[in-house]
Amino acid sequence: MRPGTATSPRTSDLAVNPAVGLVALVVVSVATAVIGFYGLRISRTTGDFYVASRTVRPWWNASAIGGEYLSAASFLGVAGLILLSGTDALWFPVGYTAGYLMLLLFVAAPLRRSGAYTIPDFTEARLDSRAVRRVTSVVVVVVGWLYIVPQLHGAALTIRITTGLPAWVGSVAVVVVVCLTVVAGGMRSITFVQAFQYWLKLTALAVPVLFIVFALAGNGSAAVAPAAVNPTGLAPAGPYQNISLLVALLFGTLGLPHVLVRFYTNPDGQSARRTTLIVLGLLSVFYLFPTAYGLMGRMFAPDLARSGQADAVVLLLPGQLIGGTARDLLSALVVAGAFAAFLSTTSGLVVSLAGVISQDVLGGSVRGFRLAAVISAVVPLGFALSTDSLALAGSVGLVFAFTASTVCPVLLLGIWWRGLTDTGAIAGMVTGGVLCGGAMVSGAALGAAGTPFWLAQPAAWTVPAAFAVMVLVSRATRQRIPQTMARVMTRLHTPERPLATER
Amino acid sequence: MTAITLRRGRGTFHSPGGNARSTVAMLRQAAPTATLGTMPDSPLLTAAAVAVIVLAIAVVVGVGFKLLRSFRELGTDAERATYNTLHAASRAGQHLRTGLNPAGAAKASRQLRTLLGCNALAITDTAGVLAWDGAAEELKPRLMDLAADVLVGGRTTVIQARDLAPDLGSGGLAAVIAPVRAGSRVVGVVAAFAPSAGAGLVRATSEVADWVAVQVELAELDASRTLLMEAEVRALRAQISPHFIYNSLNAIASFIITDPARARELVVEFADFTRYSFRRHGDFTTLAEELRCIDRYLLLEKARFGERVQVSLRIAPEVLGTVIPFLSLQPLVENAVRHGLEAKEGPGHISITANDSGAFAEVTIEDDGVGMDPAQLQSMLAGHTDGDHVGLRNVDARLRQVYGDDHGLVIETAPGEGTLITMRVPKSQPGHDA
Repeated sequence: MRPGTATSPRTSDLAVNPAVGLVALVVVSVATAVIGFYGLRISRTTGDFYVASRTVRPWWNASAIGGEYLSAASFLGVAGLILLSGTDALWFPVGYTAGYLMLLLFVAAPLRRSGAYTIPDFTEARLDSRAVRRVTSVVVVVVGWLYIVPQLHGAALTIRITTGLPAWVGSVAVVVVVCLTVVAGGMRSITFVQAFQYWLKLTALAVPVLFIVFALAGNGSAAVAPAAVNPTGLAPAGPYQNISLLVALLFGTLGLPHVLVRFYTNPDGQSARRTTLIVLGLLSVFYLFPTAYGLMGRMFAPDLARSGQADAVVLLLPGQLIGGTARDLLSALVVAGAFAAFLSTTSGLVVSLAGVISQDVLGGSVRGFRLAAVISAVVPLGFALSTDSLALAGSVGLVFAFTASTVCPVLLLGIWWRGLTDTGAIAGMVTGGVLCGGAMVSGAALGAAGTPFWLAQPAAWTVPAAFAVMVLVSRATRQRIPQTMARVMTRLHTPERPLATER
Repeated sequence: MTAITLRRGRGTFHSPGGNARSTVAMLRQAAPTATLGTMPDSPLLTAAAVAVIVLAIAVVVGVGFKLLRSFRELGTDAERATYNTLHAASRAGQHLRTGLNPAGAAKASRQLRTLLGCNALAITDTAGVLAWDGAAEELKPRLMDLAADVLVGGRTTVIQARDLAPDLGSGGLAAVIAPVRAGSRVVGVVAAFAPSAGAGLVRATSEVADWVAVQVELAELDASRTLLMEAEVRALRAQISPHFIYNSLNAIASFIITDPARARELVVEFADFTRYSFRRHGDFTTLAEELRCIDRYLLLEKARFGERVQVSLRIAPEVLGTVIPFLSLQPLVENAVRHGLEAKEGPGHISITANDSGAFAEVTIEDDGVGMDPAQLQSMLAGHTDGDHVGLRNVDARLRQVYGDDHGLVIETAPGEGTLITMRVPKSQPGHDA
């Protein structure tokens, strides 16, 4: 039980009309399902052949990546952290966005050229080894599950704050909606669903921010607290924490299974790069708004931080600062945006995890895929219900640290180093996973207060350790460099031949 | 000698099994205290803790179980020795299935050294040493000189310790060098090094060399089978129906007087279609390119059938980049046109869909034509009878060759009920270049 539970229904009665939250949730779920099911139902005649068989444009795909990537941590967590710890928290949006710079420079085009659909496919093809594939699959599934958990916590928080219903309703609702749409084949036009979710999320943050700014400027209300003061009086983070966090976010983005799967939608390596560039722009624009929310929270509603509701600042601020019908409409918009975030990230992860699980365990049939989708959504639901959320952005940051210590080294070295061997890759992934997982577990066992700073932010030493082990073991097992290496590397790094039939 | 080594190997095997069992028990007790002892703060950390512990338990239990199972009911010493010999041989055989190459030879030489119980074992081809496993690696540079006679003469040679390396002081090892004979050629040697080269070792080494030769021959057989398959695919590719070309040219001819502009357009389409169909490079293409080819094909058919051809498309853009075998869809559409339209009165409708289905792309082609007799279709697909549907068999055979028997065409049809053809292709094909 969290300390804030007893007071929150009262606050929410003040802030948001319960019906508004429910309506917003239902509308977003239905819209997602409808676009998913009917986005492609429009049949075309041969006259539109070129329209029908046109590949996904980089703009669409970039919006879809943005939609899938901007999770609960970005939509709710970043604003909450800025409210709590000010400029220290700016590293989160910086890291979340700059990770795409790494993706653009090192991974996007070669990965698309590899022709692999998932990360396990890639490692198997690059290192010519089934064992590496299995280890990568396990790691990818763990990463995905860990990443879904904070989404479900975000949903639980949103439902509790906005409707006063029990928190589990939110998590269960997200899992049910995602399972139903994925199992019923509703993710057929997943690109359009995700692109829609991005623009919904952006609108849901931007409109209330602008509204609040104009309202505050209009009635000339003075700030309650100065922006520079930390409402909770926490000490600022040291350079180690910031560096470690940045390492986790920069390298962690490289290995997220649901983001990498999306690059397959690009027709070639060049458009994969262009897509990434657009994603950088879209994310930069998006993160302006959570930052603005956090700042306004600090100046006009610092009590939210003290009552332990920092993560809900995005949901509660419009209700606190604006009155009348506009209040309900803006709240509904924000709740809709929040659920778009939970649904899009969760469904993206569930689809890519289901792909991995069904291929490696269930033999790749259609039924296997559905079963795998349910498994990959229900397992994290169990975790989410049996645990309690604290800080969304922080827990997602830890998932990034885990990804950065496991998947990222094998991707980077696989693409850029000819000397990587299967033994080296497995040793590195296991080392990174054990170190980072061990740090997370011991951090949990010690509690937030008792955890030394280097355990709370493990990326700064686990990522180099994973890289070092991978390189050293590969060097020691040099004779195991796969024979296919030269051919695969050529394929990864030479530009595609232009399409002969383009007119 | 061989049997002793094997038995010693078994003896040392037992103890890890016992250890694994006790670790399982310890972990089982430890797990609850780790999760419940202190109430953790972050949900994620608890989740991570549970996940890591569950995984660890699963791994330990799995390994323990496997070891336990492998020690149950092992039979007499002779049975075990037979088992171990055959097991080592089959393990080594897997590594040699791609022929004599450094990676496979390195893995195989480890198994073969255990089999022979010698101090070192080397495998060479005619050009150089492929793998060396075990002691005395300082002899490696000299091995090709030592093996030169064997490679030429094809007779097993024994080199005694005093002759082998009087200057190098290699611990007094003798060598047995046996030729690997594939067919009538000597393709390499197997060299075994042991303190004394007795008749037993000489015999065993020759046998191992002969066994390696069989594996190499199998690899060559595999290679020639692949070549055969490729040749077959090329032959299948060349089967673009001649009467389509004939019909198209006739249709175009009919427009030359009445509508020269359209006739010119159609000739250009026809040229593009043939350029694609007759291209030389690559056995694979992308779904997008194949759809473009189908578009041209349908334009030409429309010139012939006019408004009788109605086509609708529903394509998921996510799968357009999927790699598929070259000309694997066009024959299916051609089949739909021929059997959905030619044999039928009035307009015919063809619908083409491509769906994203997890790790697979699913393409369906449906027509509302006269359908086919399933029994006849089956015997045609099995290659027993030649019918009108050569294109279907061609595509089916290629899909099965490339992706395995699970990925053949799925055809749902009955006389008068139309036809629905489904093709499922994995999205991930790192081995195939479009």
